[in-house]
Amino acid sequence: MTIREIGDLLDARVLCGKDLDVDVKSACGSDMMSDVLAFVKHRAALLTGLVNPQVIRTAEMMDMLCVVFVRDKTPTIDMIELAEESGIAVLATSKRMYEACGILYANGLKGNGELHG
Amino acid sequence: MGESLAFHYEVDGGDFTSAGQASVKIKKNLRQLGVDAETIRRVSIAMYEGEINMVIHANGGNADVIVDDTGVTIILADKGPGIADTEKAMEEGYSTAPDNVRSLGFGAGMGLPNMKRYTDDMKIESVLGEGTTITMKVNF
Ligand SMILES: Nc1ncnc2c1ncn2[C@@H]1O[C@H](COP(=O)(O)OP(=O)(O)OP(=O)(O)O)[C@@H](O)[C@H]1O
Ligand SMILES: [Mg+2]
Repeated sequence: MTIREIGDLLDARVLCGKDLDVDVKSACGSDMMSDVLAFVKHRAALLTGLVNPQVIRTAEMMDMLCVVFVRDKTPTIDMIELAEESGIAVLATSKRMYEACGILYANGLKGNGELHG
Repeated sequence: MGESLAFHYEVDGGDFTSAGQASVKIKKNLRQLGVDAETIRRVSIAMYEGEINMVIHANGGNADVIVDDTGVTIILADKGPGIADTEKAMEEGYSTAPDNVRSLGFGAGMGLPNMKRYTDDMKIESVLGEGTTITMKVNF
């Protein structure tokens, strides 16, 4: 599923992202960053309701492609700049976490979470 | 053994917003050195968790990263409160983080277990009232 398709399915605004046609293979939804960091996922998207720079850094450490802020949470300019520097696309949707994850899952984007080690 | 490279960073304890910057820098350095992506990811995640721990539990500290031809060694040293029971601290879900840390997205008690999971070798040396030194290695 491409980042553009994720945006369309979630009625999301694209806040940054140069290439929206890259392919996302898995996703994870959480507000706890260490939970996110526990799972190895390739070419992943992160859905979260947490807004602070550590969200972007966590995504960067995991080589994630895209961060989707749910529940109308809007990241700061600094966070968007951080994401741009790391080549991470940032989207914002008014949908809640449960609904946003459900829509993506139902459209074929599975979790594929694999606990490392 | 061939040559080795060392990087040093100071981790500011007072600033949660900038926490993780040392890990971001190491990630870039390792990329420039041509280290493979999976090794870089393991090093970055382990170091990032350790860096965040130094900021939220120990008021900052020092990070040293050594790259030689066997792998990447990460040494995180702080002069924080120390860890009373390191075995307990290693359990998934064990956390003493206060609620304000939890509202920042940390304090799930997953950091130390993650660090162990992503590295080939991990050692915690901690003295109550004196500080904590964590040494981790990711082999090539
Ligand atoms: N550098 C440190 N100095 C003092 N105590 C520490 C340090 N690192 C970890 N601890 C203690 O060990 C506990 C477990 O650490 P761990 O990283 O696993 O979880 P956490 O930091 O509480 O939550 P999370 O990592 O999931 O955000 C901490 O809650 C804290 O009590
Ligand atoms: Mg931690």
